[in-house]
This record gives sequence, structure tokens and C-alpha cells, in this order.
Amino acid sequence: MMLQIRNLRASVGDKEILRGLDLDVRAGEVHAIMGPNGSGKSTLANVLVGRDTYDVTGEVLYEGRDLLAMSPEQRAVEGVFLAFQYPVEIPGVGNLYFLRTALNMMRKQRGLEELDAMDFLALVKERMKLVEMDQSFMNRAVNEGFSGGEKKRNEILQMAVLEPKLAIMDETDSGLDIDALRVVASGVNALRNKERALLVITHYQRLLNYIVPDRVHVIANGRIVRSGDKNLALELEKHGYADVDQDAAVDTPSAVGAMP
Amino acid sequence: MSGQASALLQRLSRPESRRNGHEPAWLKEFRHTAFQWVSDRGFPTARDESWKYTRVGPILNVAFEPAKPDPSRQLSLEAIDRLAGNLGGIRLVFVNGHFTPNCSSLKKLPQGAKVESLAAALVEEGESLEAHLSRPFGEQTHAFTALNAACAEDGAFVRIPVNTTIEDPIHLVFLSAAGTAVTAGPVVSHPRSLLLAGTGSRATIVETYIGLPGEVTLTNAVTEVVLEEGAVIEHYKVQNEMETAFHIALLDVQQERDTRFMTHSVALGSSLARHEVAVRLQGPGASSTLNGLYLPRNRQHLDNPTIIDHIAPQCTSHELYKGVVDGRGRGVFDGRVVVRHGAMKTDSSQTNKNLLLSESAQANSRPQLEIFADDVKCTHGSATGQLDEEAVFYLRSRGIPEPAARGLLTYAFVGEMLELINLGPLRSHVEKLVALRLSSGDVAVAA
Repeated sequence: MMLQIRNLRASVGDKEILRGLDLDVRAGEVHAIMGPNGSGKSTLANVLVGRDTYDVTGEVLYEGRDLLAMSPEQRAVEGVFLAFQYPVEIPGVGNLYFLRTALNMMRKQRGLEELDAMDFLALVKERMKLVEMDQSFMNRAVNEGFSGGEKKRNEILQMAVLEPKLAIMDETDSGLDIDALRVVASGVNALRNKERALLVITHYQRLLNYIVPDRVHVIANGRIVRSGDKNLALELEKHGYADVDQDAAVDTPSAVGAMP
Repeated sequence: MSGQASALLQRLSRPESRRNGHEPAWLKEFRHTAFQWVSDRGFPTARDESWKYTRVGPILNVAFEPAKPDPSRQLSLEAIDRLAGNLGGIRLVFVNGHFTPNCSSLKKLPQGAKVESLAAALVEEGESLEAHLSRPFGEQTHAFTALNAACAEDGAFVRIPVNTTIEDPIHLVFLSAAGTAVTAGPVVSHPRSLLLAGTGSRATIVETYIGLPGEVTLTNAVTEVVLEEGAVIEHYKVQNEMETAFHIALLDVQQERDTRFMTHSVALGSSLARHEVAVRLQGPGASSTLNGLYLPRNRQHLDNPTIIDHIAPQCTSHELYKGVVDGRGRGVFDGRVVVRHGAMKTDSSQTNKNLLLSESAQANSRPQLEIFADDVKCTHGSATGQLDEEAVFYLRSRGIPEPAARGLLTYAFVGEMLELINLGPLRSHVEKLVALRLSSGDVAVAA
């Protein structure tokens, strides 16, 4: 098992966002995580890559090891990657330089030889084709002045260069028009293989027409309330999240408090 | 005047009285006047607006002796290359303010051009220098400028004749070193440099201040640059003295019609340093660019006062100063732009940005505009903040360890200032110094 999540809870202050989440992901599988706004989808992604704004309890085993005990950079070195929903702009740091630094720092920590400038450039050029990115992006500062779609492509390019084992995509489809969505999805599909697992977080079923998942999970109120195959996504598209909200409402603190 | 201040003056007054007869009478008298000025008015205090953030008490507490020529301090050329960088041009080296010919390298100069020690120029040119040497001792004078006037014995003299270009950079290296047989205790030196750029001339001048471990030193430098009509001067200053040293300096610039002046200062060293730049735009169409980078850490105090005086119309001035403050360091930018009555069509911008790397780091930023003319375009801005934690997390999530991530972002903040150094060999030298300082060595140098 690549990823085993047991009773994962995450809170900010008094507010509990993940409330006992369980999930298993095997290598080679694509899992879609769906759910209404505020259900905890993005929190799950951020907890998995080690953002420290949450108080976290529970267990996350990644390749049998305690993921929650690792620093964010360690998780990256071990092959965990997040394509951010809102990639940050970093003025003054060139995109190409950033990518090369990231790749070489990871290679160094994995005990691999660093790539020299020429080899690296060849690699980037090849991977840029996957997301149909223009080379001019490489000479600009990281995400600075990029449109929403360009930022998302840049995330997938990083994924293609850094070659993670577990890639998490946090609403990569948001803000993309249909053409950009198609480009991004085909880039992601090209990166699917038997060793790599994908966790695709999305609000809409639309992306899943292009990146077809093995499993679909619905999160509501901080836990997974339904799981199924790709047909579950189609069902949600038809009926919306109203039903699952009803299911989960039983567990909300206010409901519990109302019991005699 | 306080007892300690008069003690310093007493120590400094001894060589003045000893100085023998080879000095022209005008200079002797000028020194006397300058010395009297300090004795009467004393050293700056918190009440002096332009010294608002800088206390000189720590300097006055040290028993400085005037520096003497010290033949025992012969540095190898390799050592100078390492400390000051090898810019591949003309190099004058001064040890404790005294010209040291065998460390210097002079190349063939264009006809009529001069690059030599001021002491030599005084002998050769005598009274023709009077007007210049007494000038900065005027309206903006404070005790240290006056002390320089009273005590200066040597420095650099550069004269570029009409319509002449000196291609090679002129590198002036000032080394502070105390604790030898000749200078056993703390020493003070007063380098005085004069750069005269003739009509239509061009040159690049670099001042580098470095130090050797040993006793405390005080460098009290005055550099005067005069640009005649249409002259173009690029000036750099790297202050990387020992972190125990004191450094007080004035760069005084006078620009005539259609001149272009650019100065870029990098402040890394000294426990207390104040590098003042005063520019007078007195000919129409003159333009001036002032850039500065200061990186105080530990308990360093690095002050950067600037005064740009728009006297003539149609002049341009642009100023960009950036500070990165770590530890208990303090960085100060105190910039005044004055647009005088009649200086129409003035175009001026002033920007100061500070990055604080620790809880106890401190930055003072005071951009000031005083406008007495109509039809001018003046902007100023100031921003002080910390590293963007979102960016730090983003880099870490891509496998870059936290210290390297912080180093990379800090280097990105100063990168803009390094790119503004046009002189290639100097830029690489400064890049190395800055990368070392920001302790992200392998990350930054690879950039």
C-alpha cells in the first residue's frame, strides 16, 4: 500500500476540518476526491504535504513510514508532490533556476548525481511539450505575472520534471478553460504509470472526463462519506452534493449537541 | 563639548601641529579653520536631524591615534585580489589612508590623465586644488567632514581631461589595519579623494574599503567628484571593513550640465558605518542614479543618508536602496530630495525596501521630499517586511530545505541590486561576498 490514512483529524484553533478520515491508495491508482466547498478537500492535500497551520492527529503511512513526522522538504524528497490550487508568485527567482535547484536538491538528498545545466535543459524542454508550454516561461520569475492557466501548467510541468510517486492535484481544473483543461489533463495522463499514484481533488466531475479515476471518494464535513468507481462522479454530476450533505449532517457537532 | 570628544580632538591635534613646512600656507590655514570648527561645535548628537538614527558615542569612546605610514603592512597582490577583488584595471592601494605604491598597479593612461595619490598631486598642482579641497567643508558640514579637512594627508587624485575616456576601471583600495609595531593601538585615518572629470570625459571608479584583524580602526573618508559638462562617471563603493571597525564617509558629487553620474554602494562591514551621498545637480539636464545595498547582521549599524539637491531645471535623479537586516542589526535609509525654486521639469524617484530576517532586526526608513518648484515629477516609497512564508513553504514542498529556501528568497530580494552593477568583475566579486553573507553559498553562487 502506498498511502494509508487512518482516523486523520486536522483543526485550526477550535475548528475541526478533518474529522476522522480514512483512505487507502495503491501505487498505480488514480483516486478522485470530490466534495462540496468547505468539506476539507484542500485541507487533506495541505496536511499531506506538511503545511504547519493545522493541528493534526491520526496516522498517515506513506510506503509504510510515518508521513506526518517528516518535514515538507523530506516528503518531497520521498516523492510526495502537491500541485497547488493557488501557486505562489516568487519575484526574483527564475523559473528555470528554481526547477533545477529543486530537482538537484532532491537528487542530492536521494544520493543521485546532480544534473548539469545542459542535461537539465534537455529534460525541461522535453517535459514542457507535455503541457504545451512556451520556453519563454523558463526565463521569467516563478509564476510572476502568469495567468491562472499558466500557473496550473507550471505546476504540472514541475510534476513532470520532479517525477513524484504520489502526486496530489488540488483543484487543478479551477480557473481553466476547456482547452487549457485538455492540455493539463493530457499532460497528467502522460505521467500515469504503475509506480505512480494520483490523488485528484476536484469540485467538478468535468476534469474526470479527461483524467479517468480508478476510485472516487466523496468528502463531507471532514470525512469520506461515499466511495465508488468512476460512475459515482457521474451520479454526483447529476444529483449534486445535496444527498451527501444530508448523510454527513448527522455527524455535525450541532446535530450531536441537539440529542437528548 | 563632552570631555571624551575633546580628548579625541586633542590626540588628533598633535600631528597637525607637528606637520612640517612643506604644506602650502592656504592648506595650513584651512586645516586650522576646520579644526576650530569641530572644537567649537562638537560632534553630532541625537538633536542633529541627519544623525537621528546614528549615535557616535561608541566612536568617541575609543582612544584613536592618528595613522602613520606603516611599511610593515605590505600585502601580497593575491591578498588584495582576495579581499578587494581583481578588476583588471588601475589600482591604487592605501594602508590606513597612506598611499602604498608597491601594492598598486598603474597602467598607461591617456594623454593628460592623472591617477595618483593626493599627496603627490598637492606637491605637483598646489594651489589649483585649493578650491576643491575646501569645498565640501561648507553648508552640510558635520564634525567628521571637518575633521577630515583638518587631518587628511592622502587619498586618491584622478583627473580625466576633456573628451577623454579611461576604459579600465580605476580601483581605489583602502585598507584599515591596526595592531602592528608602528600602529599598536586603535587608529583613525582620514582618506581624502578628489576625482575631476573634464568636459565630455568618461570613467568608472571603484572604492573598496577593507580591513585586517587586529585593533579597532576608524575610517573617516571624504570623496569628492566633480563632473564638468557632459561627463559620465560610474562610481561604486564596497564597504567591507572588519566587523569591529567604524566607518564614516561622505561622497560629495557636483554635476554640471548634461552630466550622468551613477553610484552604487554595498555596505557589508563595520560595527557602525555611515555612508553619506550628497549630490548637487547644478547644471540643466544632469542625471544621477543612487543605488545602495546594506546587509547588517549581529549588532551592526549601517546608515545610508543621501541628499540630492535639484538646483538646475530638467535634472533627473533615481534612487533605489535595499536592506537585508539580520540578528540585532540595524539598517537606516535617510534620503532627502530637495527641489529648489526654479528646478522645473525635475524628475525624481526614491525607493527604499527592507527585509527583516530576525525578530530583533531593525530598519529605519525616512524618504523625504522638499519641493519648492512647480512642474516637477517626484515619487517616493518605502516598504519593510519579512520573507513571504507562503513562498518558503512552496520551495520546501519542492524539496528545497528550509535554510536554503530562505537563502534563495533573500538572495532573490538582493538580486536586483547585484544586477545593477554593470562592471562584470566587480559584480562577481560582490555576488560572492553577498552569497557568503546570506549563508546560502551553494544555492546563490550557482545562479
